[in-house]
Amino acid sequence: MKKMVVVMVMMLVMVSEASMIEQTCKETPDFNLCVSLLDSDPRGSSADTSGLALILVDKIKGLATKTLNEINYLYKKRPELKQALDECSRRYKTILKADVPEAIEAISKGVPKFGEDGVIDAGVEAAVCEGEFKGKSPLTSLTKSMQKISNVTRAIVRMLL
Amino acid sequence: MASSDALLPISAREEDPLLSDGSRSDPNAETHRRRRPVKGLLAVSFGLLFIAFYVALIATRDGSTRSNVDDAEIKSDGTATATSRARLAGVSEKSNDQLWKLSGDRNTVAFSWNNSMLSWQRTAFHFQPEQNWMNDPNGPLFYKGWYHFFYQYNPNAAVWGDIVWGHAVSKDLIHWVHLPLAMVADQWYDANGVWTGSATFLEDGSIVMLYTGSTDKSVQVQNLAYPEDLNDPLLLKWVKYSGNPVLVPPPGILPKDFRDPTTAWKTSAGKWRITIGSKINRTGISLVYDTTDFKTYEKLDTLLHKVPNTGMWECVDFYPVSKTLVKGLDTSVNGPDVKHIVKASMDDTRIDHYAIGTYFDSNGTWIPDDPTIDVGISTSLRYDYGKFYASKTFYDQNKGRRILWGWIGESDSESADVQKGWSSLQGIPRTVVLDTKTGKNLVQWPVEEVKSLRLSSKKFDMEVGPGSLVHIDVGSAAQLDIEAEFEINKESLDKILGDASATVEAEEFSCQKSGGSTVRGALGPFGFSVLAHESLSEQTPVYFYVAKGKDSKLKTFFCTDSSRSSFANDVVKPVYGSSVPVLKGEKLTMRILVDHSIVEAFGQGGRTCITSRVYPTKAIYGAAKLFLFNNAIDATITASFNVWQMNSAFIHPYSEEAVRALSRT
Repeated sequence: MKKMVVVMVMMLVMVSEASMIEQTCKETPDFNLCVSLLDSDPRGSSADTSGLALILVDKIKGLATKTLNEINYLYKKRPELKQALDECSRRYKTILKADVPEAIEAISKGVPKFGEDGVIDAGVEAAVCEGEFKGKSPLTSLTKSMQKISNVTRAIVRMLL
Repeated sequence: MASSDALLPISAREEDPLLSDGSRSDPNAETHRRRRPVKGLLAVSFGLLFIAFYVALIATRDGSTRSNVDDAEIKSDGTATATSRARLAGVSEKSNDQLWKLSGDRNTVAFSWNNSMLSWQRTAFHFQPEQNWMNDPNGPLFYKGWYHFFYQYNPNAAVWGDIVWGHAVSKDLIHWVHLPLAMVADQWYDANGVWTGSATFLEDGSIVMLYTGSTDKSVQVQNLAYPEDLNDPLLLKWVKYSGNPVLVPPPGILPKDFRDPTTAWKTSAGKWRITIGSKINRTGISLVYDTTDFKTYEKLDTLLHKVPNTGMWECVDFYPVSKTLVKGLDTSVNGPDVKHIVKASMDDTRIDHYAIGTYFDSNGTWIPDDPTIDVGISTSLRYDYGKFYASKTFYDQNKGRRILWGWIGESDSESADVQKGWSSLQGIPRTVVLDTKTGKNLVQWPVEEVKSLRLSSKKFDMEVGPGSLVHIDVGSAAQLDIEAEFEINKESLDKILGDASATVEAEEFSCQKSGGSTVRGALGPFGFSVLAHESLSEQTPVYFYVAKGKDSKLKTFFCTDSSRSSFANDVVKPVYGSSVPVLKGEKLTMRILVDHSIVEAFGQGGRTCITSRVYPTKAIYGAAKLFLFNNAIDATITASFNVWQMNSAFIHPYSEEAVRALSRT
């Protein structure tokens, strides 16, 4: 009897927490992306809104690092794109060195508007980088990803205002 | 989420109806025999019910959660669900959607900031630190001959973070000398940030500073600090009260919704009173505390004010204005000749709103004169219709004026801020008074001392026909002070007003939705185009747009259009502005301060103010020009104006010599 109650309570708890991610993600521009990013992260199941926002900022950080690695690889593979790659490198370094730390500090300390600025900027920097290639970008799927994650993260950060 | 309480009445039932057959054989023996089967059946039925509940929960989640969020909005404040969506969608200007559309376009010019363009952006006569990030103005005051200015500062980066108090002094609010940091994050109660605060003068002339600290656990608390040495006119060193924090978030207020204490004012009971902004759910509120010593406080049960659905109130400001006199009032002044202003910075929208109203000292409450434009409602009054936030006033006892400081952030990318090494400005300090002619709005004006920067001037008088553009040759055009008067010729006005078929445009018009200065109407737009390239490929028009309103009245709008201010694709380029009251017999007047990447426009003597940040790539250095334009379809305009070249304020880094030099002026 006791075991059954325990199991039921656990199920209730699990249902309510999965529901937290889903409830939050419903209020973002990309429900599926939002849920997949948060569900796949072990911290997601027990995070509050602030915690969910921080998980997504972490995803932004990871994606920026991945994109910078790709940029570095492209310098060798596509040397003719150097000028555009230089600009992209600068932009993505900003995401890592300025946007992400700003967002983490602001969200953790309860002044989310500065976090919103950092998160929006990550999308701006990605879009500028993409534009450097005048329609023939080798980074499109990565910059597009950043754009989308930025929009989703921004929506969650705004819930903290 | 449905509560499991709904199940309790069922699960609490000890008796299973299937088993109770009413038999009355030996109760003890029977119950003993029944216990195990009852338990088993109870467990099974409980389990089945639970599974049913679980399934129902999953099935209804899809449809119900969104409406639950919105229903909550409706319940708490009676407003429509659309607001919760708008809030989440964000009304912040920055958006990367537009940028994304451009990025795939083969014709987009791939753009890069170079150091020449970036270094031009730094202002000549606006307050800014030598480098890095600044935000809110803090604790402004006048003491022993010096105006003091403190500010939120990041010593380590050109973005927000690691916040401490910067400090600077000036004799005239224009020529500043930077001083060492006033306060750093060296206590547990401000380890995570030395945030915004305000100064109060005590009766004996001494100063107390209240400020928000973000503790080592990121709780927002209020702390007391005071000058170490009141004999030091520079107030270089500050001491934090050993008993800090003096205020912690009260019951019902979340630990991260409690910041930005105001200057205190005296109550008729002889106590000091302060107010601190916060929120309860989506209702913006202002808490009130009384104190005699700034160390212990009693929280009033009443709020100064609250407005539903406005979100968190940051940087609340509360002060008296004279109904009849054009002068400032000490924060403690009260009486029949006085109205009180409640101002708050809205976290949701980054807009500073204020309202005029009546203060009731007996219970520390305030009521707006016009509740339809209550503080924080989107249509309520703003100090500034452009980029202007976290503003704070102080009473300047030196010259008997109330002075307004406002934080002017960047509208560019953080990459550019990092590359150029700095971010943010303060607006030119403005005097603030009630508009004694309308009684319904404040009037702001750059402090007189800014005129000391005026160098050479040129005066112009000209008639400008419809569809004209005139180059105004003033030499260098990146540091200007322009004062202008405009008149629309009588025939055009009469024609429009007399024409019954001419549509009433004014009801629909707004600067933001108008499409900018290229969209021509009968009576406008007309004004100046600043920071304009001779090719006009980059330009920033500041203008009036006059439109026909109801009852044969004219309505005037004052706008700044930054949509073509720059080729850069990573800057925000809005059209800002608002309607501006124009009284009978008044000419249309505007003043514009141009200082590199900031343009401050004042319409009708400061009834409507617009601050813009612009980042031209070509209209810089010698290529920045000034034009006068009239895009009206029918009307001829007479313009009479002065243009001054503005000197640099030569803001100094801290040094003993600089301080001595300024003391002698």
